[in-house]
Amino acid sequence: MSNRPEPLVVARDLVKAHGRTPALRGAGLDLGAGEIVAVTGPSGSGKSTLLHCLAGIASPDEGSVTYAGERVDTLPERRLSELRRTEFGVVFQFGQLIPELTALDNVALPLMLAGTARGAAQERAADWLERFGAGEQRGLRPGELSGGQAQRVALARALVTGPRVVLADEPTGALDSLASEQVMAALVRTARETGAAVLVVTHDAQVAAYADREVRLQDGVTQDGVTAGLEVHA
Amino acid sequence: MQYILISMSTRHILLGLLAKGPSHGYDLKRRHDEHFPQARPLAYGQVYTTLQRLVRDGLAEVAGTDADGGPERTLYRLTEDGAREATDWAGQVTPPAPYVTNEIFAKVVVAILTDGDPASHLLAQRAAHMERMRELTTLKTAPGTELATVLAADYALNHLDADLRWMTTTQARLTTLTAVTVEADRA
Ligand SMILES: Nc1ncnc2c1ncn2[C@@H]1O[C@H](COP(=O)(O)OP(=O)(O)O)[C@@H](O)[C@H]1O
Ligand SMILES: [Mg+2]
Repeated sequence: MSNRPEPLVVARDLVKAHGRTPALRGAGLDLGAGEIVAVTGPSGSGKSTLLHCLAGIASPDEGSVTYAGERVDTLPERRLSELRRTEFGVVFQFGQLIPELTALDNVALPLMLAGTARGAAQERAADWLERFGAGEQRGLRPGELSGGQAQRVALARALVTGPRVVLADEPTGALDSLASEQVMAALVRTARETGAAVLVVTHDAQVAAYADREVRLQDGVTQDGVTAGLEVHA
Repeated sequence: MQYILISMSTRHILLGLLAKGPSHGYDLKRRHDEHFPQARPLAYGQVYTTLQRLVRDGLAEVAGTDADGGPERTLYRLTEDGAREATDWAGQVTPPAPYVTNEIFAKVVVAILTDGDPASHLLAQRAAHMERMRELTTLKTAPGTELATVLAADYALNHLDADLRWMTTTQARLTTLTAVTVEADRA
């Protein structure tokens, strides 16, 4: 407990409503550098909203999010999109690949936007597709991919730039158990190799078991005590 | 060291091991522990009493002795009945036991009966389950892990996962029940 790394991302007392629907009602968490954290909770408990707040995609009504000491929730859009391009790798719950581009170009795009030449970008993109078991789909467009294949491509795209923080929303939601095992193993291996911090939103306990610890969300509130040291009575 | 598999039918596993050919107690113990690395190792005493019962029930018989330089050891082999019993058992569907005697279930019921705090108990139990699932996941994904260990870990993970799903549903039910009670009290 005591030797947990300095938090890289800190969220405190987040409150957020979508219109009149409360999504977060006091959620907070720490994500240390190199740490892998699973956010779990029932459907509608606010997991996606929390991830969007951490990524600076949604701004909370109350509370704060900091990344490496810098407030994310009040940052101007220019600096935010720079952060998202260089420091964060985000995997959305519902894919969001670019339909006109092949799997390979979808993964290469973030590198090209950062100035890498097309050939070199495609070469690295191919490695990442391979790592997540989607090498054979490199020439297909998102419309030709199964749900699980699209998730593998989306993960490769999120990791290709070597982000310090990976935020993944249900990255194994469309995969069967062996496929999610393969994807989670690849994600954990990547995180250990690159030192990236990873936050995985999932409702699957077997996926959450790949993380170092679990943060539980219930009705928009992160539960205390879940990660505290526990005595198990045999 | 915590073992993943705890209660197994020693009787049938010994029959299965004997199906490979005559063997003595020590060898059976060693092969059992090799085949089920995630189970509690067999005690010699248990091997010998089980063998005696198999002989008594006509499922195994003494096939002579084997000295092999050391002390003499009794060799056992399967009888025809024993071979049939092993195959029949392995082919039988296991009763899908409703684990109503499960300790977690009992504790939640007792917590409700005693006006305790089942919700926070469930939260703590979840943390303990998750901790164990993390250990099992680390074990099964370590490079070079044997297939038998991976399968045992998968088995345990899926059962712990089932417990967790039951605990989540229970928690939701308790919340709903409380809400209903509060509503009824207001009315
Ligand atoms: N764009 C939206 N408009 C209206 N309500 C929303 C929107 N997004 C989420 N919600 C609501 O906010 C709550 C939390 O949603 P979400 O964060 O998606 O939960 P989860 O990811 O845990 O399923 C839910 O009640 C959901 O219906
Ligand atoms: Mg969601």
